[in-house]
This record gives sequence, C-alpha cells and structure tokens, in this order.
Amino acid sequence: MDALRFCLNGTWVEEKSLSPTTTLLRYLRDKKGLTGTKEGCAEGDCGACTVAVAEARGGAAPRWRAVNSCLLLLPMVQGKQVVTVEALRGADGHHPAQEAMAKALGSQCGYCTPGIVMSLFEAVYRDDLDAPWKLDDQLCGNLCRCTGYRPIRSAAQAVAGTCPGDRFREGLAAPGPMALAYTAQGQRFVTPATFGALWDELDAHPDARFVVGGTDLSLEVTKRFAVPPKLVSLEALGELSALTETSSGVSLGATATIAEVEAFTATRLPPLHRMVRYFGARQIKHRGTVGGNLCTASPIGDLAPALIALGAVAVLKSRAGERRVSLDEFFLGYRKTALAPKELLAAIEVPSLGKDVKACSYKVSKRRELDISTVSAGFLVETAADGTVTRARLAYGGMAATPKRAAEAEAALVGQPWRQTSVEAAVKALAKDFQPLSDHRGSAGYRSLVAGNLLRGFFLETQGTPQPTLLPGHASTVQPSGAEGGAR
Amino acid sequence: MTATAPAQTPLHQPALHESGLKHTTGEARYVDDLPAPAGLLVGQVVVSPHARAKILRRDGAKARAVPGVHAVYFAEDVPGLNDVGPVVHDEPLFATSEVQFLGQSVALVVGESYEACRAGVKAVEVDYQPLPAILTIEAAESAGAWLSEPHVMERGDVALGLRSAALRFSGEVRTGAQDHFYLETQVTLALPEEGGSLRLLSSTQHPSEVQAIVAHVLHLGRHQVTVEVPRMGGGFGGKETQAAPFAAMAALAALKLQRPVKVWLNRDQDMVQTGKRHPFRCRFEAGFSPDGALLALDAFLVADGGFSTDLSKAILDRGMFHSDNAYFLPNVRLKGLVAKTNLPSNTAFRGFGGPQGMALIEDVMSRAAERLGLDPAKVRARNFYGPAPRNVTPYHQEVKDCRIERVWQELLASSDYAARRAAVDAFNRGSPWLKRGLAITPVKFGISFTTSFLNQAGAYVVLYADGTAQLNHGGTEMGQGLHTKMLAIAAHELGIAPERIRAMTTATDKVPNTSATAASSGSDLNGQAVKQACETLRQRLTPVAAQLLQVSEAEVTFAQGRVFSSARPEVAVPFEKVTQEAYLKQVSLSAAGYYRTPDISYDRAKGRGKPFHYFAYGAAVSEVELSGLTGEHRLRRVDILHDVGASLVPTIDLGQVEGGFIQGLGWLTCEEVLFDDKGFLRTHSPDTYKIPAFGDAPADFRVKLLEGAPQPDVIHGSKAVGEPPLMLALSAVAALRHAVGSFGRAGAEVELSMPCTPEAVLRAVERARAS
Repeated sequence: MDALRFCLNGTWVEEKSLSPTTTLLRYLRDKKGLTGTKEGCAEGDCGACTVAVAEARGGAAPRWRAVNSCLLLLPMVQGKQVVTVEALRGADGHHPAQEAMAKALGSQCGYCTPGIVMSLFEAVYRDDLDAPWKLDDQLCGNLCRCTGYRPIRSAAQAVAGTCPGDRFREGLAAPGPMALAYTAQGQRFVTPATFGALWDELDAHPDARFVVGGTDLSLEVTKRFAVPPKLVSLEALGELSALTETSSGVSLGATATIAEVEAFTATRLPPLHRMVRYFGARQIKHRGTVGGNLCTASPIGDLAPALIALGAVAVLKSRAGERRVSLDEFFLGYRKTALAPKELLAAIEVPSLGKDVKACSYKVSKRRELDISTVSAGFLVETAADGTVTRARLAYGGMAATPKRAAEAEAALVGQPWRQTSVEAAVKALAKDFQPLSDHRGSAGYRSLVAGNLLRGFFLETQGTPQPTLLPGHASTVQPSGAEGGAR
Repeated sequence: MTATAPAQTPLHQPALHESGLKHTTGEARYVDDLPAPAGLLVGQVVVSPHARAKILRRDGAKARAVPGVHAVYFAEDVPGLNDVGPVVHDEPLFATSEVQFLGQSVALVVGESYEACRAGVKAVEVDYQPLPAILTIEAAESAGAWLSEPHVMERGDVALGLRSAALRFSGEVRTGAQDHFYLETQVTLALPEEGGSLRLLSSTQHPSEVQAIVAHVLHLGRHQVTVEVPRMGGGFGGKETQAAPFAAMAALAALKLQRPVKVWLNRDQDMVQTGKRHPFRCRFEAGFSPDGALLALDAFLVADGGFSTDLSKAILDRGMFHSDNAYFLPNVRLKGLVAKTNLPSNTAFRGFGGPQGMALIEDVMSRAAERLGLDPAKVRARNFYGPAPRNVTPYHQEVKDCRIERVWQELLASSDYAARRAAVDAFNRGSPWLKRGLAITPVKFGISFTTSFLNQAGAYVVLYADGTAQLNHGGTEMGQGLHTKMLAIAAHELGIAPERIRAMTTATDKVPNTSATAASSGSDLNGQAVKQACETLRQRLTPVAAQLLQVSEAEVTFAQGRVFSSARPEVAVPFEKVTQEAYLKQVSLSAAGYYRTPDISYDRAKGRGKPFHYFAYGAAVSEVELSGLTGEHRLRRVDILHDVGASLVPTIDLGQVEGGFIQGLGWLTCEEVLFDDKGFLRTHSPDTYKIPAFGDAPADFRVKLLEGAPQPDVIHGSKAVGEPPLMLALSAVAALRHAVGSFGRAGAEVELSMPCTPEAVLRAVERARAS
C-alpha cells in the first residue's frame, strides 16, 4: 500500500496511518501545529481555512490555487505542493499579500485574515485578472465580519496580478494528480491512473463511492462526522478533465473543475458561463467539478438547468463502454441519476447553439455570491425567420425534486411568435409545471413568482431593452447570445 | 510636515493595527491555537433536542464507558451554583427538570478527543417529555410570557398631539434576529493550578464576569480564578455574557479532573446554542403635520428575550433610548417589555437594542414622508433636535452639543444628495424593471453603559528600568483596535514610541473588577485609566529627570523618547536614562490607573435621568439599485460622515465605521435567522445564514470622519465608535423604500419588511405595483 506524500511548505511529508478522510485542515492544526489556518465553518463557506495548492493540470504548467483545506481530504493532495500562511514570510520579509493587507488595515480581529492572505496569494500570481468582477470572484469565498471589505479590496487591488518573480513562482514544480492506493484505519482511498485499474477497483469494491473535488462529499465527514469506508478518486484520469471544442459543439470533461469551465466557456459558451460565474467561491470552483455538481443530482445544483436548456448530453462510461443519455433524462428523482452501478459520468456534450438561438441562464439567491440557488433557470429559444418559436427549452432548478424542464410553458411558446403575449402565456403555464416547496431559501410563492419573472427578464433581454432588466452584475458583463446567432 | 517626519505624538495620527502583520502571518494566536498542554481533554455539550420538555431521566453511565471518555457532568456535579445568568439567576448551566430551548445544555462529556466525546454524547441517555413551546413574540404576548416589567418613558401629551395631527397613522415595525457570526467561535481552555485554583484562557469580552461566574459555579473565591483573554476572533456582543457558560464547563471539568480541558464549539453548535440580536416587534401610532413635523409618537416595543433574561432588560432599555434617534419628539410615550420564548437567550449585539429602536423611528419617518409625498430627507431634517425647548429626549436628558445639523448639511453637500435624488427619479421614470433609490438617514447614539455603575475602568502600567513598558488595561481586543488606541495614549503620556510599549493579554489578575468591553466604551473608559496610570508614572519620574537635567520640575517634558527642558530642548536625556535613574533612586515604576464616568444616572421606574455621558453622531447616504423581477438589489454608492470627535487613531476609527455599516447592512438585508415550527434553527451555518460577502460592499464607498470636532470631557477629545456606525445602514433600507415606492403610485406607503431579502423586496414591489 502507498503512503500519503505531499510537499508541505517546502518539505515533503509522509503519513501511513492517518485516516484517509482526515481533512487537510485538521492535519495542519492538529498534527503539524500550523494553527494559522483556521476553522470557521468546516463547510467551505467562510474561507478561513484557505491554503494554496500547486499541481499541473490539463497539461499546463503547475500554478497556485486557493482551496478550502477543510474540504480537502489528505489523499487529494498526493504529490502536490501545499503552502500555508506560515510559509509566506521568507528571509526577504513578508509576502506582498501580507504587506498589502497589513498596510491597508485589511485585518481587524484577524481570524479570517490568513485565509484572505492565501486567496490574495493566488491572486498575486494570476495573469488573467482582466475584469473587475474577477477580483470579487477571487475573494468572495472569504468572509470577513469586521472590516466591511473595503480595505481588503484596496489590498487586493494593490497586489493582484503583479506576478513577482519570487520563490513561489520560479522553479515551481509539481506533477498532476497522482495514482494512489491507500488504506488505513479500515478505510480505503484509491486514485487509479488508468481506466483498467478503475474498473478493477470497482469490481473488487462495488460499494466504493466516487469522489473528485470532495466539495460535497467531504461535508459528510466534517458536518455529519461520517467515516466513508471506500472512496475512489477520478482525479488522476486525465482524459476525464478534458475541455474540447469541435464544429458540432463543446465537450466538458466530468472532472474539469468549475474554474476551468469558467475560463473555457467565457467565449465559447456565454449562456453557461453566466451561471458558472456565480457558481460559488473561487476555492470551491477550484475543486468542484462538472460531474460532481451533476451526479449529486441536487435540485439546486447550478449547472443542470443551464445545461439541460442547452440540450446537453451526458456521456456515461463503464467497463462495457460508453452510452449517451440526454441530460433531461439523467435525473430520475431527488438525488437519483441514471447512472448504473460501476458506471461514471465521463463528459457533458453541448451542441452548438445554431444561428437563430437565444439562450441564457440565471441564478437567484439570497446573497449574490457564494450562495445556493433559490431558483435557477436555463432558457433556450429558437425562432424561425418570421419570429415564430420553433424550439423552446426552459429548465429550472429549485422548483422541483430534480432540475426539470417546464413542459407546459415550453408548449405554450412553441409555434407562437416570440413576443410578450406569448411569454405571458408561458409564465401562466409554469403554474402547471411546478409546485415548489417553501424553505429557508425562499417561499413557494417567491419561487413561483421568480420563475416566471426570469422568463420575462430573458425575453426583455433578447429585445435588447436599453436598460438592463436584471441586475447589472448579471447583465452588464455577459449578454445573452443574441439574434445574430450562436455563441460568441 | 513631510511624510517621513515623525509626528510629535502618535495620538490623532494614522496607525496600523497593533496586531495587523501578525494576523497576516498566522502567528497571532487565538485560544484554540495555543499549543495543547500535556494531558489536554476536550468537552462536548449534550443539548436538548426539544424547544421545551420535561426531563424525565438523565443517565451518563453508558457514556462514561465509551473508550476515551473521562467524565460526564450533569447539574448535580456542579459544586456551587448551577447558574450562569449574568444579571438574573434564571439560566442554569445544565438543565435539571426542564429544557427551555432546542440547544440548551444538559450535560458535558469530557474525553481525549472530539471523536470520543461525540460517541459519548450519543451514549448519554436523557428522556424527555415534550411540552408546548412558545416560539414567536406573538405567542409570548398571547400567553403573557414576559421576562420584564413594563418600562415606560413619557413626555408631553401624546393624546393631544395625536388629535391635533393632520396625518395620523399606526403600524408595526419588525426587526429580525442576527447571529454574531464572529469568525472565531466560543472557546475556553481551563488549566488547573495549585491549591484548587484555575487559570482560564477564554475568548470573552468580559473576563471579570467569566471569573465571577466560574467562581460561583465552582464555589471558589474569585481570587482562585484567573481569566485571560489573548485576543478574540470577533465578539460583537456575542462574547459579552455568552462565553461564560462554556468557560464554566471547561473550568468544572478541569477542576474535577485536574487536567487541562478545552471547550470549543464548532460553527453549528455555536449558532444553535448561543443567543442572537433581539428581534423586536414594535407597534406605533404617530401624528404628523402636513409639512412633516412629527407631533406625537406612541410606541410599544417588545423584544424577544429568548428563554432567559441575560441582558435583555438593558437591551430593551437601549432600544427605547434610541426610539427618538436624532429627532425631537414633542409628545411621546414609549412602553417596552421583554417577551419570554423557547429560543436561545438573545443577547448583546453591537448597538444593544439601539438599532432596533432606531429602525422603528426611521421607518416611521419614511412612512410619513411616503404618505405626505415629501422628500424623506426634508421630513427627517425638520424633526432634528435643536435649541431649547427642542433639546429634551423622551427620558428627559438634555441633548447638548448636538452635531446632527452640521453632519447632515456637510453630507448633503459632499454626497451631492439633491442632484442625485433628482437623477435617480429621472432614471426610474425611464426604467420599468430596474429601479434605483437614494436616501439619507441620521444617527445619534448615546454613549455610556445605561447601568451606570458599569462605567468604570482600570489600568496597570509597568515601566522597566530600560525604559520599555508593559500596558495592562481592563479592555479586551476583539479586532476593534482598542490596544492600538491604548498604546497611542500611553505612548503620548510617556513620550515614548508605541513600539517601546507592549500591550499585554487582558487578565483579571492584572486589572480586576472590570466591566465588559462593550457599549462602545472601551477607549473612553480604559483610555482615561491608562492616561491616569501614565500620568502617575510621569509625575514620579519628573523629579528624577529634573535632577538629571539640572532644570526645574516645571520645565521637564517627555516626548519622542526623550526627556528635556521645555525652555531649552537641547538639554535632554533619553527616556531610559530617567527610568534607570529612577530605579536606582528606589522610585516605584509601576502604577495603576482608574476612571469612572462622572454625573450619569437613570431612574428606570420614573423613566427619567441622564443615562448618557454624550452622544455620537453620523449620517449616511445610500444609493441602491433593485430588480423588480427578482427583488435582488445592490448598493451602488455609500457616503458616510461620522463624528468620532478628535479621533484617537483615525485609521482604526475608519475601519470601525466601514465595518459597522456593512454589519448593519447584513442585519437589514441578507441575514435571516429562521427557526422551524419545532424551534430548530434552520440557519445554523454559513451555508444557510448569509452575512455580507466581498461583493456586497458598495463599489463606491466614501467614508469621512467629521473634522474639527473634539468632544469635551472625553479622552483626548475623542468619541466612542464601536456601535454607532452600524445604524448608518438604515439608510440602505430607506433607499430601498425609495426604489420600491417608484413601482407604485405617489402617496402610498411602501410595505417593506426587514430584513430586506430579495424575497421581501419583491413582495414589496408586487404590493407597490398593485397600489
């Protein structure tokens, strides 16, 4: 059996007896005395536990990524470089992220500060911070209760994207995700490097559960104190993380992270990108994956409504081969999918949108960033030359036990002209499609009202109304793909 | 002065946070970061799964048999008083015959690891017989379940005022609970010391009270209990009283087992077990003249106290003390009560009831302006306190040195309010679904503990012969920058650099019998005590220096690390030369300082007095934008002008103003505490409880401190700053009302409830559109 090995603050560490579901956070604090990294929530919602991890992904050179150490199980950093806040100060003084924070009075109580410094640390080495919203996105995963964020923003603006040629950048060496077979304390964690090894593992342990980023599964460990006996990570199967574009559309590998999808879809698939942007915190986007978000089959998963509307197809893979299932038919019930035992989601294929297609996605939540949808929606409408709707795909999250298309509302649109009266008829028909629940995120009445209003807003946006009809955060940066056609 | 020239004194100068760099490296240690002492055990609390139930049986036998579990403690194991109520003894440390909220402590399991403790918790057997529970203020009112007697403040003739009013209307204003969401949850490490004594390292705003409660729970003298606070990862009032129960549990176990014991709550446990900001239900009737002068207000305020008294009475009082905000109420009657519900005991939270009272009157002002079709800014301004006779509060305190008019006029001008309000209205006329709103609201906040005897503080300053100093004071550091300010005061008084002084861990064996670091009073009270201690030391050093310098004592000056003749500055010696000489001359180099606020008192029975030493003022202009399709909204720009007197350290005060505003914004917009119909807290982690995130701060945030406004009789002319800025966020609610109102007809009252979540806003938009 393998040992756990990774490079922590420049020194390789090896562990052979720790439970494979030990989180990196608990390891740092309890075993290594690295108490700079804090536990604020143990669920990836506050960022106090943020550390940076370097690995090479998708054939690219290794780079630093801010991640939530509270959701990272130790086998997930196998072979990787991990840097915690303690290692930033060197013989040459404080790191620019530290200096900027102190100088701006970006800390008051200081408890969130190490996590913020680590998010800033990633930002310092990013060369793609080319839009203001990306700085918000970089830091929205770090809650601060004291400062009101203004000084943190000042610090971020001072150092983000400065890319100094320092010891964290020069000579950064880290492999990609590595194979691992680790057993300790009666728990098994296997990361196969080949599909052959994967199928063998599944045959030997049919009760093993898949994991990739762990942003959902780890909550069972940190919140319910579960002890998953057998986990199989898909992280080292490189082809599963591929993002490709062909003449017929794009393919999103199941283990591609949300951050990777965000970068990939910015120009290739704007209607999806809009949803991905509000998906969650940077730390979560670095670990959460397309497959994870879809396979948990949560009714409020952010990707599903957008992808369903876009006509996405799920590619399912097993030892027997591949099969394709329309994403419409992938969700069978509350947290239940069409996956057979020992079968995995390999990729999502999104067909090209076509010339006369208008499409967009929306997410409404109590808080704009780092929140779970109250209602989400993906819309696709295709019109003929005379403006008649020839195809309508309206998919919603948060409205039923699964992400679901609004069949009645779609029927009300198809064959009708794309204009307000038709949209109002479709809004009316939504009442037959959905009977949503009331919960802490929103009442049934609110959900129903918003579901209709999102369709109204989508219509208004396709009409190019002079004023944006939804919040500027939604509309000013990404326009829906317009009548001139296709994804831009 | 060039940028590099040293200031004569660190006072009134920008400075970095005393721990700022340490925060960024991870070396700043909080209680849970301290290296585990040998033999450390940890505790986990067994809590009630019912909002109210009779306890039929408690049995820890099976739990004690769980491997790794060392002890299980119930109420019977408490050697002293099984109570942790800070004012009234109505809060058992461990429940005995009845549980009164879901999450109430019933027992403590102590073990070698959290895993062992969790297994132990599961094995503790408690049989409950559920009883009907009261979960809302309405239910408490119906049942007559109260934690207080009525408190009444009255002035003028309310009936006459209402009768004479052209506009007379009544309504209800609700404000929601708010979780403190300090990033560091409740934690105490208890260490046994010799002879049955204890040392506690606790994350508490009130070490002296933790000491007192631990002593009476364990039947010890307070001299046997030392409490230290290294620093807190945020407090906001949540660690004023509610650190004590968990400290007492750690202390109980440490004393009994004679091993170090830590009790730390994880986020979900903390949110379930601890109290929040009090929700208020206020009903009012108000009378206004046609031009917006408030003629009479009759209001009834009910605070949801939760299951026990805690600080609820004082919180209700402060709510009533701020139901006037900055407005003269010519005829007023305020009545208040604390309701008892089967929920966690609500507690201090930045503003301490003040925000709730202010939310009431600001809503009344908005509603009156909406009904009268007037600019709410004008309605507000015309009701401000002014010269006599318009200078008396509902509790008969005279408002002296009122600065609201000045703050208001300066902010109206600097924020370009009038032109922007017109621009917003023009924008709204051309935008059917996206609407904007702009509003300005004032803040007047009373400074002092309204329980008058609490207004006292101590300090203990130690000089060493080498001229360095240690600074002890009764205040605790929770991020607010108190140590930074105290260092500036001490450095100023001693004439040395702040770097030569070390702010020490707050400890009850250094400065005893302290009040909580609360009520925004930290700098005011402790600052005076620090100043006095330093003055004593300086007076002792002066004759020594005079002799060294061969000048008269009157000429001796301490500044910039030197001691010199004021007449001939070149006749100087380094400060450390004087301390060294003083040591050789057998002069004491340590001194205590003490301060009490003079001339304040309040008679609750009569509803009269002078509870406040002075008032802090401020105003904010918020511009919002909202979607009439989803109710989502954002702040486009915020302008604040806030009065901190002559700021002790302006960079620190700026941080308090900005941070307070955003925390208030959270309370009023996105933070929603929701219990289900069984009393279970559904919003028990940041997954479901949403405090403002990075993108919720306004993109354009312009904060200024009022200039040239020193406050007499306060430390170096400064003013308290901790709480008042939180209430500036009420401007965002007023701005949202403006935006929502633009969906409806003029002259209609906007029906917007707080917190203004997207759902609440959309509901209000729908109502406005239907009007």
